[in-house]
Formats: sequence, C-alpha cells, structure tokens
Amino acid sequence: MPFIANTSEQQEQMLGELGLTMEGLFADISPELRCKSFALPAGITEQQAREKLAEISLKNSTELIGFLGGGFYDHFIPAALDAITSRSEFYTAYTPYQPEMSQGTLQAIYEFQSVICRLTEMEAANASLYDGGTALYEAMMMALRITGRNKIIIDDSVNPIYRVMIDSYTRNLRIELHQTLNEGGLANRAGIYRLVDDETAAVIVQNPNFFGCIDDYSDIAEAVHKRGALLICSCYPISLGILKTPGAMGADIVTGEGQSLGMPVSFGGPYLGFMATRQKYIRKMPGRIVGQTVDTQGRRGFVLTLQAREQHIRRDKATSNICTNESLCALRALVYLTLLGKQGLQEVAQLCADKASYAYRRLTEIPGVNPRFHAKWFFNEFVVALPCEAVDVIGRLIEKGFAAGFPLSRYYDGMQNAMLIAITEKRSKQEIGMLAEALETVL
Amino acid sequence: MIKDDLLYTRDHEWVRIDGDQAIVGITDHAQEQLGELTYVELPDVDKQVQAHDVLGVLESSKAASDVYAPVAGTVTEVNSKLEEVPDLINNDCYEDGWICKLEISDPAAGKSLLNAEEYEEYLRGLET
Amino acid sequence: MFIIYNQMGSGYLESVNPVILSKKIKTFGKIQMKLLYEKSVSGRRAVRPAPSDVPTSINLDSKLLREKEADLPELSELDIVRHFTELSRRNFGVDTNFYPLGSCTMKYNPKVCERIAAYPGFCYLHPLLPQLRMGGILTQGALQVIYETDLLLREITGMAAFTMQPLAGAHGELTGIMLMAAWHRDRGHKKTILLIPDSAHGTNPASGAIAGYEVRAVPSDKTGVMDVQALKEMVNDSVAGLMLTCPNTLGLFNPHIKEICDIIHGVDGLVYYDGANLNAITGKVRPGDIGFDIVHLNLHKTFGTPHGGGGPGAGPVGVVERLTAFLPVSIVVKRDDGTFALEYDRPKSIGYIAPFYGNFGIILRAYVYILMLGRAGLIRVAENAVLNANYIREKLKDHYDLPYPQLCKHECVFTAKRQAAGGVHAVDIAKALIDAGFHPPTIYFPTIVPESIMIEPTETESKETLDDFIATMIQIAQTAKTNPEKIKSAPLSTCVSRLDETMAAKKINVACVQKKE
Repeated sequence: MPFIANTSEQQEQMLGELGLTMEGLFADISPELRCKSFALPAGITEQQAREKLAEISLKNSTELIGFLGGGFYDHFIPAALDAITSRSEFYTAYTPYQPEMSQGTLQAIYEFQSVICRLTEMEAANASLYDGGTALYEAMMMALRITGRNKIIIDDSVNPIYRVMIDSYTRNLRIELHQTLNEGGLANRAGIYRLVDDETAAVIVQNPNFFGCIDDYSDIAEAVHKRGALLICSCYPISLGILKTPGAMGADIVTGEGQSLGMPVSFGGPYLGFMATRQKYIRKMPGRIVGQTVDTQGRRGFVLTLQAREQHIRRDKATSNICTNESLCALRALVYLTLLGKQGLQEVAQLCADKASYAYRRLTEIPGVNPRFHAKWFFNEFVVALPCEAVDVIGRLIEKGFAAGFPLSRYYDGMQNAMLIAITEKRSKQEIGMLAEALETVL
Repeated sequence: MIKDDLLYTRDHEWVRIDGDQAIVGITDHAQEQLGELTYVELPDVDKQVQAHDVLGVLESSKAASDVYAPVAGTVTEVNSKLEEVPDLINNDCYEDGWICKLEISDPAAGKSLLNAEEYEEYLRGLET
Repeated sequence: MFIIYNQMGSGYLESVNPVILSKKIKTFGKIQMKLLYEKSVSGRRAVRPAPSDVPTSINLDSKLLREKEADLPELSELDIVRHFTELSRRNFGVDTNFYPLGSCTMKYNPKVCERIAAYPGFCYLHPLLPQLRMGGILTQGALQVIYETDLLLREITGMAAFTMQPLAGAHGELTGIMLMAAWHRDRGHKKTILLIPDSAHGTNPASGAIAGYEVRAVPSDKTGVMDVQALKEMVNDSVAGLMLTCPNTLGLFNPHIKEICDIIHGVDGLVYYDGANLNAITGKVRPGDIGFDIVHLNLHKTFGTPHGGGGPGAGPVGVVERLTAFLPVSIVVKRDDGTFALEYDRPKSIGYIAPFYGNFGIILRAYVYILMLGRAGLIRVAENAVLNANYIREKLKDHYDLPYPQLCKHECVFTAKRQAAGGVHAVDIAKALIDAGFHPPTIYFPTIVPESIMIEPTETESKETLDDFIATMIQIAQTAKTNPEKIKSAPLSTCVSRLDETMAAKKINVACVQKKE
C-alpha cells in the first residue's frame, strides 16, 4: 500500500502482541454503525497519477495574456523563493508548539511580522490569517471588541469580494453594517461623515481601492478618531513600495491580501491574510503572534506569545477561532520581500505604476474607450468605460488570447460598460500594445 | 492561605464588605493556579455589574481567567498599579493585589457568599 | 475566577533568571542566530526587477507617497539562501523526525502531490477567469478537480454535498455552524445554544461563539466519552445542535453515538461531526450513515497535505440533503454535456465565506492522495493508524498510567501523574523526547486528563520507528525515577534551551522595528 511502511508480516506480528485481529481493533464499533457504502475507485501509482493530472492541468488555459487583477495579481516570483520554501523542514512541520525545535518557523514568523510592520508603518503584526477577506472581517470583529460598539461603515470602493464575505459572516450577529457609495471612484467622505457617530466602531476603506484609485485617508482617520471610532484600512502590499502607508495616515488596523508577495494565483488559494495594528491593541488582535524572549542560558529565542487570546486557551471567549493559518505563505512573503529588498520593492511598485499609466494612456486613445472615473491617481489598476457592455468585450478578447480585465457590472449597478484592467511588472509594453490593438478590433 | 475577615466565592474571588463599599480580589489558591501573571484587564470605573458578571481578565503565559463580580454594584475605583505590575496579585493577593472597589447596590448581597471556614471546606472538596 | 489552561501546551516555564546576554553566547555548541535585519548591509541587493520598457511618466501627488522607502533588509541572494537554510535546520518536520503530535495527524506528505501542485496549468490559473464569459471553458481542469474531490469526499463521509471553500479546519467549523444557523433561521427556529463536549478542541467553542451561539460544555463519563445522561439533561428546545469529534480527543469511539444523534434530532437540532479524527475510521464508519448532518474534514490531517508549519490547510464541509441549499456560493456543477461550471444562483446560501473556491492547491494535493490510495488504501490507512496507536498503548501501559485503558483508535492518551509525583511533569518528558530525536506528543490536552500525553503515531510510521520511540519513553520513565534533574534540564540538543514564556508575554517584542519617539 502506498505510504504505509509496515509489511503484512509486521502487521501480523504487532497484532499478535496485542492479541487482536485487524478486525478486532474496531470491535468497539458495532456492525450497525459501519459504512453502508465505500465505493471508491482502486488506487493508482505515482506515474499514473502524474499522467492523469498532467492531462487535467492541460484543460486549464494559462496561455492568455493576463490583465486580470481585482486584488489578485500575477507578479514575478524569483527562483530562490521556491528553493527556500520547498525545504521540507519548513513545510512538513506543524504549528510551533514546541519552541526549542521550531526556532526556524518561529524566527521566520517574527521576521515576517517585522517586515509587515515596516511595510505598513504599524507597530505589531500577527503571524497571518487565511486571506485578505477574512483578515478584513477579523479586523472588523477586533474593532467591535476594542470599542464595545456595534456599528460599522464600509465604503463600496472596498473589494466587493471582501464586502460579500463580511455580509455572510455577520448575518447571525447583531452588527449594524452601513455601506457608503463611492464618489467618482474614491471613498465617499460626505457619506462617511454623515454616518460616523458615537456608536460607530470602525470605518473600513481600502488603498488602492478596488478601482485601483489611490487615496490619502488621513482626513478620514482624524474624523473617525474624534468620535472614538477606529479606521481599518485594507491595502495591497506591493503598492506600499511607493505609496503612503496606512500607518502614516493614522489607521488603527491594517489588513491585506499577501498573495502578491510571492504566491502564484493558484486558482484562488492558498493565499495569505496579514494584519497589523497599534501596540496598544495587540491583546485584542486575533491569530498567532510570535514574540522574542530568552532561554535558560540567556540566548535569544522566539515563542508563540499572548496565547491567552486564542481558542486553545480561551475557548468560546477567544478573540477568534483561527488555529491553522497560512504560515508557509507568510514564509514565502518574507522571503519574497527579502529577495527584493528595500530598493527592489520600490522598483517593482514603480514599474507597476508606470506600466499601468502607459496602458491607461494607450487604451484611452482608442475611440470610444474613456476613463470611467474622475479620480486622477491610480496605482497598477484602472477602470475604463467602453462603448458597449464590458462582459461582451471581455468574452471577445478571450477568443483573441487576452484575459483583458474584469467587468464591474458583476458587483456594481450602472457599470455595465466598465472594465477593470490590472498591469504588473510582468506585462510588457508590447503586450499592452497588442491588447490595445485587439480591443480596437472588437469594439 | 485564607483570611478570616473576608468573604469568598466558589469562583475564587474574595470580597471585603464595609457598609455599601466592597473591595474585590482573587484568592491565593487562584493566583497559584494561574501562575505568574503577565496581564490584568481592569473594568472601567462607573461600570455597573450584576453578581457573576465579568469584572476583568487575568492572564499568565499558560492560562487565562475571567474575574467575576462577587456582588452587584458599580465600580468606583480600580487598582491601576496592576496594569504595570500584574504580579502584585501573585505577591500579595489580599492587600496590594486588590482588583477593584464596588459600591454595592443590594446591602444583603453578601449573604450568599462563603465565609473563610466554608471556603476552606470548599477548597478541600476540590482537591479530592 | 474560571481558569482555562493552555491546551496544546508547549508546556510552560516559570520565569527564568537569564544570565546576562553577551554578544555571542556559545553553549552546547549552539550560536545565537542573527536576524535578517542584523545582517543587512546598506546598498546590497539580491533579485533585480526587469528594466522598464515604458516611459516613466507619472508624478504621483507627493501626499499620496510614502515619506521614505520601506525599511526592508538589504542582502545578497546567497545571504538570504543561507539565512533560511540555517533557519530550516532549526526546525523539525515529518521529513526529519517522528512527529506523534496527538490530534494533529502528522503523517508523511507524499512528494508527488507537491510536484503536481506546481504544474503550471494549476498554479498560474487566475481565479477570476471562470467568472468571465468564455472563461469557464479555460478552467475545466481545475473545476474538474474540485468537482471530483467533492464526489470522493461524499462517498468517504456519506454526506450529500460538499463545499470546498473553507480555508482550514476551524474555518470549516465556522462555516458548518453558519449553515446550522441558516437552517434554523429558514425553519423559523429561535435556538441559541450549542452543545460541545468538555474534551473538544478549543476551536469548537470558539467557532460556535463567533457564529453567535451560547456554548455549553457536556461532561464526559467515567469511560472517557460523552455522558449520555448528562446530555439528556442539558437538551431542550433552545439547543441548535451539538458538535462532536469521533473518535474523540482521547482516541475513543463513543458507542452511544447513534443515540446521541437521535437525542439532538429529537429537539430539531443538528449534529456536527468535527472531522479532525476521521483518519481513524476512514472506510470503517461514515458520519453520514450514523446520523451526522454537517461534517468538516481537515485535508492536512486525513489526506496527507503538508501542514506548512501552521498552514495552509483546507477544511471542506459536507452536509446532508436537507442542508445543501444553504452551502456557500459558488458550487461546481457538471452540465449534461460533461463540462463543468460554477453555480452562483443559490438564494438560500449562507453566501461567500472565502474569496473563491477554497485553498485550491491543498484540495488538489488531497485529490491526488485519495486517487493514489483508492478504496483499499484508505481502509488500510485507518487500520494501520489504529494498529500503531494500540501498539504504543500496549507497550507503554506498564510505564505510564492510562486513564482510559480500553481499546483506542488513532491516538492514545497517557497521564504522567505517576512521574509528576516525583517531580517530572508531562512537559519534562516532552523535552526529554526532543533530545532523543523525537517530536513530543501533544501535552496538557485534552484538559480533562491531568498531565496528559497524547500520542498519535499515524499509519505511515514503521514498527522500527515505533519500537525506538517506545524504548525511549521507557528509558525516560526510568530516568524520571533515578535522575529527575536530568530530565528537567532537557532539551540540551537544540539550538535553544527552554524559553521564558512569561517574559515574552510581559516584555512584548513582536517585531523588529524602530520605536517612534
């Protein structure tokens, strides 16, 4: 049998020592409780599995030239990253419950927490959450705990995928959830200010927002803090290579999707949620946290700390139910950011912005293709208005070999003609030119 | 160690009642079970509580515990020294390690609490 | 006062008195390792992005830009590779050592699954593609994997349908309880209480509370399984359901399981199967056959996907027919023409609980694992997991106390009470095992057993490995009597000795950042 070491003889020998048969090992399960069916196929060998899955993988097309983003981006992944993270001392370990034999994982998580803090200009980060959406939901729950209030305001320029997730999670809870409608592609300040009151726990915004537009939320932070509420900001970590940080804007909780930091898009996962906050809120933060300490010899070491917040101690009073997180993805993000380094991240971010800016000009030169929003500044993603329904145009462009963008009508009323286009450093000037030509021919 | 002049709960809080004022802390048994405390979350002054409501939270590196109100009342003062030095509770749980003061809403409230003898009996029961 | 102890304990250490930290302390030949930041040299670089092929044209408004660059470490590629290689050597994994961590099912993770997950057709597939017109046809392979994994899991558990979306076991629990809540809401029930055994994983009460329920603990009886009489007394019309792990965290199969399901169904409640321990009964028992309504599986436990030092995992949730309408959107369906599609129109659904279709890379690995083992292989998994656990139980029962001496399933739980009386606690035994080259079992969990030592060998370990482990455990039990101090000073072989967890919680340092003035 695959992956079982003991031979039949050994199994018999062990059963002999127990004085039992294999069936006898299950004598405590009465016959009427046994499987009514177990009609699975016969097993296959490694060679058969690889051939079968290679065939299945070819039914997926990864040949399209991709301009799809929506919060999930195709960035370049250096070879050293896979070499490092495929070391099985990392990936075949469990959660580091025994710190003396888990210093590798623990120090890496501490270093991950450090780079997240430096990237966002916040003071404390956790070891990871599942993804950007669940991270934003956890941030919302954290704000409710910190403030003891139950009203949340979220602008609809926040990723709609995250907003529908938050809707789902809060259905059985007593939370007052308000949504403001964006103003010309940016967070609706007037709407937010009208709603913020002494019952408000938090305002949730995103930068760059779902439309790719860049904002500075310092003013919202100030207004929100005056009412004793918190500002939660979801962000795109690559953009922080050049953009003003949520920390500098005065955000209280920062979350984001870490996929862009060295994770392939992988049809939706595994991804990486990250979260950072102010030191004073650290005990209200969900998830594992690694802290520095010393051993009996005075040597520096790392342990899981502040565990009294967590489900394995606090059970139904825990800050979250999260146990397994995305540790290996956090390691990938750390290695990615380290390989790029201070200057590299800045360069990648600048490249994305420059190429997007070029694509924006190139595409909006096409007759009938116009900027959708008045907002002036965007990062690596932007919205154009087409002369006809975006869904159709995108379908026609797929036939020409492009995943040209995402139709906003899927999540927004009145945006039938709007298409969201993302550019990363992997897209060349030539590919952008080809997209422009193809778009012109299908309109 | 149990003090004769205090009243106790089955949740291991002690309370010293003087007229309509009460001082609340946790017992020596409780602090020993918790181990060295690393963090104390105190209630807000003016918070109103019923008996058995959560007054605060104690944490060590291995355990966590809620502190329950032994009697109903309003929080009038908290021992803010505990925020900096949580292990005051380990060192002196009955004096310097007090947690908060309450203004009692029902003067007869203390009647359901255990006296020192009854608490000692209760602890003995737990051991077996 | 209500104290709750660390269940998955590393074991605790009261505050130690560290000797003054010198720059390079060399004890037992182990040198303190520098942080990335301490190795950083200004201007040093590793990977360089490709040069720009477009004009640098934009000048973003400066108030939108960060004031100074993100302060990331500056190292060469070799510096970085060495740093992480050294870190990896300070870690234990299934590939390096026997890892009998109870309740975590640390079995071998087949390499072929890693290879297949890296196929470009899987890992470079954008999740938004099937949401575009004409896009679904370009992702048929990925949709097939999800669809067929769903079918396989249905047959393995006896449930009617699965969602692949939950991103880990606890996320599956939350999803399952949200399904429970949606079902009750749909039927107009006003139920507020969720019952959970006192031996449950901490995630169960946490998931229940986060989903909005009041959680109540059902005690265990003297044989170690849920007390049916106590359950009967706790059940009333406010009970929405019960969450149960079976076999439970003591490794015991509850013989009253069917009666328990009936009791809960009697008050219109739903019964939730926590699949953390399914590895013990795969091919023997199906939760769907014995009355469970909702099931979550931990793919990283039962189906051999690597745990990654704390994730990623995956926690698919299966339900019986009457609950299928509530499953999250989207669901992969197979059309009459044999193609696969995503179904979004699900009016009773609880909605979106993950951004897309779950941790696809993990689902894919589990799919490969199930295909390779097949029917006979999966039955052998349960048989050998149970055989290995009972073999250890039998061989160690004279040396450590067994609070529940009956036949166990995939794991056996001892107590170090006898050793603790002489001053050697479960944590000390765990640390001594490290020096002998074994990852320790889970200790101090389940909490209903004091000084517990929870051993789960898994089916992939050989008799030789088990015999070595058993001999070491016996040796430790003997040393505990003759030289307890030796055990209490362990581990000596690791890069650090026991760590001061109290100091970590008091002098909080969770990131290497410049403190603001």
